[in-house]
Amino acid sequence: MQYLDRMLWYDLKRLWRQEIAIAILVACGTAIFIMATSSTLSVETSQKKYYADYRFADLFAGLTRAPMSLKDRIEEIPGVLQAQCRIEHPALIDMPSMVEPVSCRLVSVDRDAETALNGICLRSGRLPEPEQEKEVIANELFAAAHGLRPGDSIDVTMDGRKDTLRIVGIGMSPEYVYAVQPGLLLSDNRRFGILWMPRKAMEGAFNMEGAFNSVAIRMESFASEKQILFELDRLLKPFGSWGAYTRSDQSSHRRLSDEMHQMRAMAYVPPTIFLAVSSFLVNLVLTRLVHQQKDQIAALRAFGFTKWELAIHYSKLMLVPVLIGCLIGAIVGIRTSWWMVDIYAIFFRFPAMEYRVAYSEGDFAVSLSLLAAVLGGANAIRTVVKLQPAEAMRPDTPQVYGKLLIDRLGLGWSLSTMTRMILRRLTGAPGTTILSVLGIAMGVAVLILGSFMRDTIEFVLEVQFGRSQRQDVMLTFNDTLSADAGHDVLHLPGVHRVEPFRSVAAKVRNGTAEHRLSLMGIEPEPYLYRVLDADHRPVSFPSNGGVTITKKLAEILRVRRGEFIDIEILDGKGITVRAVVSHVFMNYTDPACYMNRGDLHRLLKEGEQLSGAFVSVAPGAMDELYQAVKEVPKIAGVLDIHAAEKNFRELVTEHTKIMRLLNSIFGALIAIGVIYNAALIALAESGRDLATLRVIGFSHREVSFILLGELAALTLLAIPVGLPIGILFSYFATLALDTETHRFPLVIHRSTFAYAATIILIASSTSAWVVSRMLRRMELVSVLKVKVS
Amino acid sequence: MDSSLLDMESDAVFRVRGVTKIYPMGEVSVHALRGVDLDLYAGEFVVILGASGSGKSTLLNILGGLDVPTAGSVCFRDHDLTRADEDERTYYRRDHVGFVFQFYNLIAGLTAYENVALVADIAKAPLSPIEALRLVGLEERKDHYPSQLSGGEQQRIAIARAIGKRPDVLLCDEPTGALDVKTGVIVLDAIANVNRQLGTLTVVITHNASIAQMADRVISMKDGRISSIERNLNQISASQLVW
Repeated sequence: MQYLDRMLWYDLKRLWRQEIAIAILVACGTAIFIMATSSTLSVETSQKKYYADYRFADLFAGLTRAPMSLKDRIEEIPGVLQAQCRIEHPALIDMPSMVEPVSCRLVSVDRDAETALNGICLRSGRLPEPEQEKEVIANELFAAAHGLRPGDSIDVTMDGRKDTLRIVGIGMSPEYVYAVQPGLLLSDNRRFGILWMPRKAMEGAFNMEGAFNSVAIRMESFASEKQILFELDRLLKPFGSWGAYTRSDQSSHRRLSDEMHQMRAMAYVPPTIFLAVSSFLVNLVLTRLVHQQKDQIAALRAFGFTKWELAIHYSKLMLVPVLIGCLIGAIVGIRTSWWMVDIYAIFFRFPAMEYRVAYSEGDFAVSLSLLAAVLGGANAIRTVVKLQPAEAMRPDTPQVYGKLLIDRLGLGWSLSTMTRMILRRLTGAPGTTILSVLGIAMGVAVLILGSFMRDTIEFVLEVQFGRSQRQDVMLTFNDTLSADAGHDVLHLPGVHRVEPFRSVAAKVRNGTAEHRLSLMGIEPEPYLYRVLDADHRPVSFPSNGGVTITKKLAEILRVRRGEFIDIEILDGKGITVRAVVSHVFMNYTDPACYMNRGDLHRLLKEGEQLSGAFVSVAPGAMDELYQAVKEVPKIAGVLDIHAAEKNFRELVTEHTKIMRLLNSIFGALIAIGVIYNAALIALAESGRDLATLRVIGFSHREVSFILLGELAALTLLAIPVGLPIGILFSYFATLALDTETHRFPLVIHRSTFAYAATIILIASSTSAWVVSRMLRRMELVSVLKVKVS
Repeated sequence: MDSSLLDMESDAVFRVRGVTKIYPMGEVSVHALRGVDLDLYAGEFVVILGASGSGKSTLLNILGGLDVPTAGSVCFRDHDLTRADEDERTYYRRDHVGFVFQFYNLIAGLTAYENVALVADIAKAPLSPIEALRLVGLEERKDHYPSQLSGGEQQRIAIARAIGKRPDVLLCDEPTGALDVKTGVIVLDAIANVNRQLGTLTVVITHNASIAQMADRVISMKDGRISSIERNLNQISASQLVW
């Protein structure tokens, strides 16, 4: 085999350009795959450990108020291992550094904090003394956002009373790996925090002595989740339970799961594209090489090498760049996965990030890359195996070119001979041309896939904050308040429009499909908080007009417009009603259900009770309003819509910028890989023709026109092919990213298409320039001395 | 110098003086040409004879503007080719030179007609492709691709392509080297026909001494030098050649 090994070395050296192109594509695919799988594994391992170490609950339930004596009965439910009955309440913090009040969630800490469910992982300081009413622990990211340390004090308005609390510890909990203010898509640690407070202090502050309003449960390993939920709902119903739910509905856990779901989707789609293109390149390079070396193969066969020895030799030639690509991809993938894990650590808080390498997935990636190479090279290897030595020594049957379509149409006169040469080459090997076009089109598609998110997010923001939510602030009340509260809000400084709303926890159901949500009662003709239909026209909510639900909810419940759903109000009164779905609309956040506010009051058999209000504020009057709100005891939550939008933009824009840059590089690499290879092949195949033209007097520029014209034609054909593929990929991406908490419409601006086309044109021109330089260096005379077979 | 020689010199299409060509080959230098002096005149049919390595191809490449001498001068009419840069030599080839190669070098993806029409794209006053094909007797096969033609036919197409732009000089490098006698004769006849009808200075290099019998002048080369220049007074036609 020594001779073949030497030959392998020479061929590898000779084909280094193509080998590098293949290795780069394989490396990109492997790197993305290993990055995505390893970072998912790392985050999930960190999550698992955190959940286990700090006893993250399996089931949760919120209720109005129940006596602590119920705890024993909860723990008696078969399958329940431990129950934690807590008090949770929203409150406002007056941070001196901020004009607007900061929303927070207070969570009670029991005496058994060391063994309690959803344990607190202390980062600094200590747990509060159970008897100390003014001590709290603040969550780490909130504390960091405000530079709070143990020993600092904060002013908190709890149930209308302002109090100064001392931070004794900074901590985190598996319940708030991702702490996000209800109603928002992304966390904003400056405007939302978690405070853990001794139970006794919370009982006093919220008039909850000997009672609880939240329960967390840990199940036995093999207990029936469904059964426990059922029993729990039955037990808690009289106490205004909003319905028990599992981890999958727990806000923080769901966000994390959604993120991992999206990451996994990313692990498969782009690497598949890279592998497909690299497989095509292997096919192109190896087929050409085998064709070129036919005489040599025949001679080696004549010398006594077996066909399998030769097949292995040619396989090695392609497996070498693939393995090198895998190795580089693995190193880059592992390194970037650490980087990804560090980015996750900014948003998702764990006590420690575990850096893991997804070895089994890595093996899978390598196997897949090798398989892609084998599939790509299969045709050429088959030729090697089937080659009969005597036959191979004979020259090829010369290619006979057909008539060009343009000639058949009688328009042949309009073509210059050089254009004709380009067209003949393109139509002479239609299979290669089609694959090249598809390969470059993949580059276009990857560019669109990597860039469309910016358009989509811009569109979502425009709809969400520009057309739908036109309020400046959303205020939520401590408890439901009478209609007077609406008038009071209107008299707050700067307020010039108020739209009160009523929200209540409800379970919506259709047959066995059900979903828990906050049922919103809003004005008949909302001006500030609007629901928009498919044509972006505002939906009205006339009295007795049924309910308007989001498309996602319609999917979950499997209902359509005009059909009925059951609504169970989760306030302990056992109210259930059947309502017609009058509208289904598209939204981009949590599933939601809206109805006329008056209808909701009647349904709840109450007077005009309000949960909060959407408020529009005169320009420049926000600070004044915030100052006033801090003094209003009944306001428990403030959501500044502009700050939310700004926060969203900052977080998402940065993310999409990185994704766009990475995908631009990937897309360009694909295009360069394909175009460069096509160019090298064109140069090798028509080098003699081009040299002839140079000799008979064509200038370098004219000869380059033929070579570059072919590449330009491939690129120009690929762009319109790549655009719909890019749209299709982007559509699949929106499906893959579609989770319960958010979804993305497919919006692609023309500028994105133009961007993709421009990058491809630049990539194509760069490849062409390199090959054109090679053409310039080509030895003219020697080419002419070679006999063609 | 007598006046007739002066006239001849002013008529010269090429004036080659003291041309030397040295190829550095690693540590050794190969002297392909060692001081060649030569004049070639309009309308002449010149055969350069020589064994392999005698320097005839190097001389042809220098005359054709494909290569430049290491020393000495080559003038095409009043253009000094030794001072011409790459672009100027390209335009020199484009405007004045027709090449015929041993291995035809036709463009496989173009028909016979298209191969000839190719030069019409760049020439200033080209022959019509059909006219050029007629001169080599192949107008009937204009729609055939090179792969559908015999070696001799391919070479005649190459000649048609070379003359298509009405060159001042036709340089043929072993035009019959890849052909059998019968076909070779047909090709040489086509070359002679062009020389006669268009009055193009025709230079054929070959190692086949028989072809010299067709020439007006025969230049023999050996070891990079011109060993003899003979005027052929008993010119015969291609069909009379035997080798």
